Amino acid sequence: MKLLSKNLGWVVFFAALALFPLVVTNPFYTSIGVYALLFMASATSWNMFSGYSGYIALGSAVFFGVGAYTEALLALHWHVPANGNLFWLVPLGGIIATAFAVPIGWISLRVRRHTFVVITIAVFFIFQLSAINFSFTGGSSGLALPYITWSAADFNNPFYYAGLILVVFITLVSAFVRRSRFGLQLLAIRDDEDRAMGLGVQVTAIKITGFTMSAFAIGCAGAIYALFQGQIYPQFVFDPTFDVSVALMVFLGGIGTLAGPLLGALVLESAQQYLTATYSNNSLYLLLFGGLFLIVIMFMPQGVVPFVRDKLTKRTDLERAAVAANDVSSPSPVAPSTPTEVTA
Amino acid sequence: MSTLLSAQGISKSFGGLKALNNCSLNVEKGAVNGLIGPNGSGKTTLFNVITGYVTPDSGTVSFEGADVTGARPDKVFSLGIGRTFQLTRIFARISVLENMLIATQHNESWIKGLIRSKSTKSEVDNAMSLLDFVGISRLAGLQAGALSYGQRKLLELAYVLVSDPDVILLDEPAGGVNLTLINNIAEKIRLLNQQGKTFLIVEHNMEFVMGVCDRVTVMHQGSDLTTGAPAVVRQDPRVLDAYLGGGDDDDDDDDDLREAVANV
Repeated sequence: MKLLSKNLGWVVFFAALALFPLVVTNPFYTSIGVYALLFMASATSWNMFSGYSGYIALGSAVFFGVGAYTEALLALHWHVPANGNLFWLVPLGGIIATAFAVPIGWISLRVRRHTFVVITIAVFFIFQLSAINFSFTGGSSGLALPYITWSAADFNNPFYYAGLILVVFITLVSAFVRRSRFGLQLLAIRDDEDRAMGLGVQVTAIKITGFTMSAFAIGCAGAIYALFQGQIYPQFVFDPTFDVSVALMVFLGGIGTLAGPLLGALVLESAQQYLTATYSNNSLYLLLFGGLFLIVIMFMPQGVVPFVRDKLTKRTDLERAAVAANDVSSPSPVAPSTPTEVTA
Repeated sequence: MSTLLSAQGISKSFGGLKALNNCSLNVEKGAVNGLIGPNGSGKTTLFNVITGYVTPDSGTVSFEGADVTGARPDKVFSLGIGRTFQLTRIFARISVLENMLIATQHNESWIKGLIRSKSTKSEVDNAMSLLDFVGISRLAGLQAGALSYGQRKLLELAYVLVSDPDVILLDEPAGGVNLTLINNIAEKIRLLNQQGKTFLIVEHNMEFVMGVCDRVTVMHQGSDLTTGAPAVVRQDPRVLDAYLGGGDDDDDDDDDLREAVANV
């Protein structure tokens, strides 16, 4: 019960997501929901490495695309019937994406920070070009998946719930990582990698592991996307705007937090889908996003979630007071320290 | 006394600059060893070589008789060599207590970190008692970035102690902090030394060095000039030459040093 009451906000949030397609049955909105969930999973997964470690990866579409192509190729080669069985291939999409992440991480994480960003972008374009030019990927005409003939009224629901399961799964993993020693080491790498090394943190192994782990859910999201679309094209599954979108969603919501990526992806992806569909204008959302980001960066550069949390708890003020009270440079002698309650 | 940590014949060049030139240093077990020298004489580079941040061009570093030349910093740390940095380096965006916990894995494999919680009860207790020792336990729950400069110095000292290293390398522990805190830090060092900890301290504050160190090594232009008791070294004409007439006066800090040496 204590666990439940402590995480009541989360329970309500996921319950609302689970009930959404039952209440709102309009396929227009449930379809937006599917896209939003796939991006929520991707953003959370991206944040689990890039948010915690500070290594901003701009090539996560590689894993999205590999997941999508794995789903399509396996469905076609194994002649999987066009029904719910196709969903069993989704975890395989994640596993293959994870397998690709090992060598990519091993190479790109040999360099630091800004150079790492550039390398991930370069790797992304290698994959996009490969998908366009290899014959087994169908080249630029892409691949058509087995055609699912479910009724139009609730066609979206299986995809929606597959997406929701993925979001719950990766949120739990991310929360677990945040509470583990491994997660603490990722945060240490973010703040000062060399210092962490000098305190015994095996930084290379930690970074590669984190990078690899973050590929799985993005690969799964790509696989669900491929199923949902029924047809994949290299320029849409290996999409440079996916790389940037995921990063921006996390920045907007609050990098390094658990709720931030979920919130950022939910708001931005829903808004984008809605605006694109309503005004049949593909780039209107870009204008709005641009304005929104200017506002966020000017007034709450940490992102929405940390900003609101710090305002509510008045953290900065409390910290300032405590630091001043304990500072040995202040004229008053240091008082004997009292036992402190600390939640670790 | 026996030698715990030793660097023999270390040379290191950065491009055309010979930062270290056949430099040797012995750290005596159970002693507070001082390392002084004008700015640019290679003290910090020697620290970096010992702790694995920089690989020497030649020479060997050995710890408790085993060769550790070129070992990675995390490996060096797990052997029992802890260090602080000249410009204090803490993890600014995690809590003070979490800063302490970073250092606790010591000999633990990174794989184990995946499946264990970030702390155990005993690790937290140990971290809290060390924070208490340096006097900042009341700040344990705060983000470390909020700490004042002096508090950061204390935190850095505390988290190096977490893993119970055999030898602690301090790079200018008294640099940039006020007199009260300098005395406070000196007292902690003496206390830890009485408990059996070995120290190697780089410091410009001569009063601090004279008061804390048992033996002092003087470096000049990348080499070790002389080693001995502080009172003896201070009278050595070569040391005075190094500070007063040396070719290293590249920094205004030297003026302070000149005064300090002359006044002692």
